[in-house]
Amino acid sequence: MNALTELRVLPPPGTREAPKPPGLAASTRLAVRLAWRQLRSEKARLASAIAGVMFACMLVFMQLGFRSALFESATTLIGAMRADLFLMSPMTLASFRPEPIPRARVSQALAVEGVAAAAPVYLAQSSFRNPATGTRRTIQLIGFDVEAGVLDLPGLASVREALKQPDSFAFDARSRPEFGPVTAMLAERGAFPVQIGNRDLRVVGTVELGSSFGADGNAVVSEVNFRRVVSARKASLVDLGAIRLRPGADLLATQAALRAILPPDVGVLTQAELRAHERRYWEEATPIGFIFSFGSLMGLIVGMVIVYQVLFSDIAGHLKEYATLKALGYSSGYLGRVVLGAAGILAVLGFVPGTVISSILYGVVADATFLPLNMTVERAAWVLVMIFGMCAAAGLLASRKLRDANPADMF
Amino acid sequence: MLGDPIELESVTYAYGDGALRREVLRDVALRVAPGEIVILTGPSGSGKTTLLTLVGALRAAQAGSLRVLGQELAGAGEGVRVSLRQRIGFIFQSHNLLGFLTARQNVAMALELDGAIEERARLARAGEMMAAVGLAEHTEKLPGQLSGGQRQRVAVARALVHAPSLVLADEPTAALDRASGGEVVRLLRDLARSRGTAILLVTHDPRILDVADRIVMMEDGRVVSGSAASVLPAGAPAGLAAPGGAPRG
Repeated sequence: MNALTELRVLPPPGTREAPKPPGLAASTRLAVRLAWRQLRSEKARLASAIAGVMFACMLVFMQLGFRSALFESATTLIGAMRADLFLMSPMTLASFRPEPIPRARVSQALAVEGVAAAAPVYLAQSSFRNPATGTRRTIQLIGFDVEAGVLDLPGLASVREALKQPDSFAFDARSRPEFGPVTAMLAERGAFPVQIGNRDLRVVGTVELGSSFGADGNAVVSEVNFRRVVSARKASLVDLGAIRLRPGADLLATQAALRAILPPDVGVLTQAELRAHERRYWEEATPIGFIFSFGSLMGLIVGMVIVYQVLFSDIAGHLKEYATLKALGYSSGYLGRVVLGAAGILAVLGFVPGTVISSILYGVVADATFLPLNMTVERAAWVLVMIFGMCAAAGLLASRKLRDANPADMF
Repeated sequence: MLGDPIELESVTYAYGDGALRREVLRDVALRVAPGEIVILTGPSGSGKTTLLTLVGALRAAQAGSLRVLGQELAGAGEGVRVSLRQRIGFIFQSHNLLGFLTARQNVAMALELDGAIEERARLARAGEMMAAVGLAEHTEKLPGQLSGGQRQRVAVARALVHAPSLVLADEPTAALDRASGGEVVRLLRDLARSRGTAILLVTHDPRILDVADRIVMMEDGRVVSGSAASVLPAGAPAGLAAPGGAPRG
């Protein structure tokens, strides 16, 4: 053993105390490195674990994306209104089924300093006869003061004048296809009559708004034409009041002033508040929010089971090695960190490709469905947190198996 | 150090409870001096392995006094036992190396518990230790690429690299042929001698009894004889091992 001489460089054994343990950061780094070396050594298992996390990640991204897109679409009409404040009945749950407010309230709002314009908006569900097949479907009728310029939709400017004609309407080109090939027919033969409610209205042009939960399609009409279709409605009642402020006027102060002068039969909401109100309805009063949350949860559970399986079989297959590490003086806590480190590595390795693929899928699905699907940093951060939580839960469950690694059984 | 690496007084240990209670150690006393190499032998079920796990702080003590490297283990908690283990070198019947680490990384694992050592120094020391066990060429190989004897030598390097004052070995030659078994044990002895490390070695293997300074026989949980190895005649080890000739349980 010629190499024996080299041992002189080692400290002599003797009265040494237990070595000073590395700091938490250093030992965590070592634990994660050990975890990575272990994961790396079994490529097939690593690949299946990454695929599992990636799948969970994509599932959650798609569910959250659809959820957000559908809520987003529910507020596109509000977003399209060029108004700073809205008057709405406090009884209204969602704008697609509004409780009417007295028209006088809209005029009263003009008394407040800072209010530049106030215009009524009418919303009603009516039936629309498909001009090609003759079947009837429910459409949302949006009535507004053509002159007031409250509504700002793509295409509206070119049909504004035409909408002033009696019994005319503009069709939402992004309505669902079940309403018939209105856009194509319009291009082919110009304005033509379509039955809405019990009246024939001429379609004079198209605008772009998009379908939502509340409305499969939309028809935009002038205030007067709205009254003609919805004849049962009292002229003194409107559905929303859209208020535009003078430049420089303070939004919250004006809102407070309006609240002060208006009776409690109307609420005064900023555009953000009205959007939030709409969202809350769809999120809380319908099963839609729950469905997508549940879908996300299922994705996370599937991912967790896969990660758990991989980590568990890693531990079960290396019980002797883990027991050896315990005999060398590694604590159970350290080995737990090795397992959690492996979970964290899988989270990152699955999240990155999962996010890239989800971004691509968002583009594909958005093109196919017109839903406003896109990757946001906030959502990505949330999903990262969820994926980490999922992997951590799997790691904690799997690390219970470490108890079976008993160093006393090694002899 | 105050006292010897191992000082056991009236150690008693039992498995099970009530009617199932089975005493495996009865009133055992044992001292091992610094640098001393003691072989613990005896038939299966004589309690020698249990004694080894108690000394190695792998099991909680039940009764009696166990001072190992100056640390009283009677009533010691998990934390105390874990940190004591860091000062002991273990060699198991099978090598128990981590299959996904190279030989040198396996040896360095015994140093990762010491925060005072940098990664570079860790690998350097592990490399030196590999050279000391004659495996300088094989540092970057995985355990799967080494022969049985080479693996057990890596295990010896791992047990010694952190310069423990005490090495505990359990049948280190059981899985090896005569030549490599003898080589591993003599290597262990030489390294320990050169550094004053005490060794407690459990074995049935008569071929390696000659490395010991002292042989302690156990039977039915008691120490029945403790003789200096030098008094045994050259041919004696085989005869001495006869009571333990049965395969180890």
